[in-house]
Amino acid sequence: MSGFHKDVILKEDVPQLLLFSKHKDFLLSYAQKQDSYEFIMSEWLRASGVYWCLTALRLLNNNELKEDELYEFVMSCYDKKSGGFGASANHDPHMLYTLSAVQILAMIDRLDAIEKEDIVQFVVKLQQADGSFWGDEWGEVDTRFTFCAFATLVILDSLDKCDVNRAVEFVLQCKNFDGAFGCVPGSESHAGQVFCCVGALSIANKLQLLEIDQLAWWLCERQLPSGGLNGRPEKLPDVCYSWWVLASLKIIGRTHWLDKPSLIKFILASQDDETGGFADRPGDVVDPFHTLFGLAGLSLMGDQHLADVNPVLCLPQSLVDSLGLELEILTDGL
Amino acid sequence: LLYTIKFEGIMMYAESPEWSDIVPIPLPHNDKDPVVQIMYSDRFKDVYSYMAAIMEKKEYSHRALLLTNDAIECNTANYTVWHYRREILRHLKMDLKEEMEFSASVIEEQPKNYQVWHHRRCLIEMSGDHSLELELTAESLSQDNKNYHAWDHRQWVVQQYNVWDKELEYVDELLALDLRNNSAWNHRYFVIENSEGWSSETVARELEYAASFIRKAPNNESPWNYANGIIKKNKLRYSDFPKLKELCTSLYESHVPSNFVLSTLADIHIEAENKEAAMEIFEEMKEKDSIRVNYWTFRLQQLQGS
Repeated sequence: MSGFHKDVILKEDVPQLLLFSKHKDFLLSYAQKQDSYEFIMSEWLRASGVYWCLTALRLLNNNELKEDELYEFVMSCYDKKSGGFGASANHDPHMLYTLSAVQILAMIDRLDAIEKEDIVQFVVKLQQADGSFWGDEWGEVDTRFTFCAFATLVILDSLDKCDVNRAVEFVLQCKNFDGAFGCVPGSESHAGQVFCCVGALSIANKLQLLEIDQLAWWLCERQLPSGGLNGRPEKLPDVCYSWWVLASLKIIGRTHWLDKPSLIKFILASQDDETGGFADRPGDVVDPFHTLFGLAGLSLMGDQHLADVNPVLCLPQSLVDSLGLELEILTDGL
Repeated sequence: LLYTIKFEGIMMYAESPEWSDIVPIPLPHNDKDPVVQIMYSDRFKDVYSYMAAIMEKKEYSHRALLLTNDAIECNTANYTVWHYRREILRHLKMDLKEEMEFSASVIEEQPKNYQVWHHRRCLIEMSGDHSLELELTAESLSQDNKNYHAWDHRQWVVQQYNVWDKELEYVDELLALDLRNNSAWNHRYFVIENSEGWSSETVARELEYAASFIRKAPNNESPWNYANGIIKKNKLRYSDFPKLKELCTSLYESHVPSNFVLSTLADIHIEAENKEAAMEIFEEMKEKDSIRVNYWTFRLQQLQGS
């Protein structure tokens, strides 16, 4: 209705069904083909890459990746001195990859095979006086790191080891005039950052500090006529926002403010029916990142082929249940 | 010379006499790529096998710095190499002028790379010299006016070093080029919030500013969020700004298709306790913005229940 400026138009011949086994093949081959260009180039984020592949496969109810190899890989990322994990062996430890490592370890049931205290200390030491978290010793601040910190600590049953209230205060300072959140106070509202802030508040059990209706409206205004979601006003839709926006709405109990059929259509259209995998939008090149978030989005909307995903931690819900984690999620209301 | 001159051929470290003292540490995988990728992959392996050896050795020399040039070029997102480069700069206690030029050239080539922007910020923190940053970010934004990193960097500089005075003019320029630039609107709010503050004159001026852009493109979300945000943040009432109501009403009556016209008008009616008029609008939205029918139903039910 609003005459949107930027969007895509779905062609007639886009994929319309979930290409279940093609995605499985795509993910397995990506994770295992260690001499490929993509593998070599992605070394600097490999811990996250492995997390994306493994989680996506678990959502596809696939367990073919060998757990011993995964454990070996994760531990090669571990920096004993700091207690943190880097993206790969010989990479400096960082908050982002520490979360990915802990998520992988949770999925392969090896949380007992690590030095929890040291990892907790790595995270806790990165918290600053204003409640924010650095990504690493080089001092970058971003609400992404707040989410990573909280998520890591809650999986390790150690959330109380950081100053949760201060951290929440910092998150709230990142709330903008439009009701959404950016990466530091004053920076532009962005759906990825919204997810991080909402996820963090969920973990801290402080969702009541949000103005739910205003935020949920900002989030549902991300939906474009094509059915896809963008990350901020006047940007193109992207499948990864099927996660950032949708999971945020799930946590605050407002997923019904989106039009799910058209979103599903958009996500499915972004599959590659030759190689498997999902791209950011129809016709583009696929990658594991968009594959995970496409599948996770579909799972959140109830796709019966897929395992349930937890909207806060983006891990299989069955795993979150078995870890005994109760994360604040508001009921989808009217 | 501190920085690599690019030859036409590629110099392999393995063949270089200056590096003969170093035993490269091979990458942990075999390369079986098809022929067309072999050249690139060979160079990558060469550079990174020497990079690994140098980092292992903790050598912080000029030649190590040059090596990081190549490592960064091969894989700009390798954050560990950027860290190591900063360590080299610290150890060598170098003048950072050329490093600033280097980082600017990488920013130009890869403006969405997290690591180079963070590197740039570290350099400024090291040197204290922020004099080039407004121009740098403006240049970057002229290529992509929504680049989140560029905006983030600009906001950091402006706030850290208190250089607010040109910012509103800059936003004016950007909005003149593309009034739908949400990042520019966000910046405007940020600037006023942190410098002149929201006096009643400023509020009136800025609401008129937003209104002028609304008239040009009533369906654009940004000035609506801006105007509504100012009113909400300062705990003002729509009734204090009759011009806004006039604008909404006239746009509504001209049947301008915009969620934001209707939504704001509904909020104005609600504030004036004119429930009926607001409910009529929500009914209309359920049809006109059917993708969000459940949202508009919620707004309607909220009113019906109250």
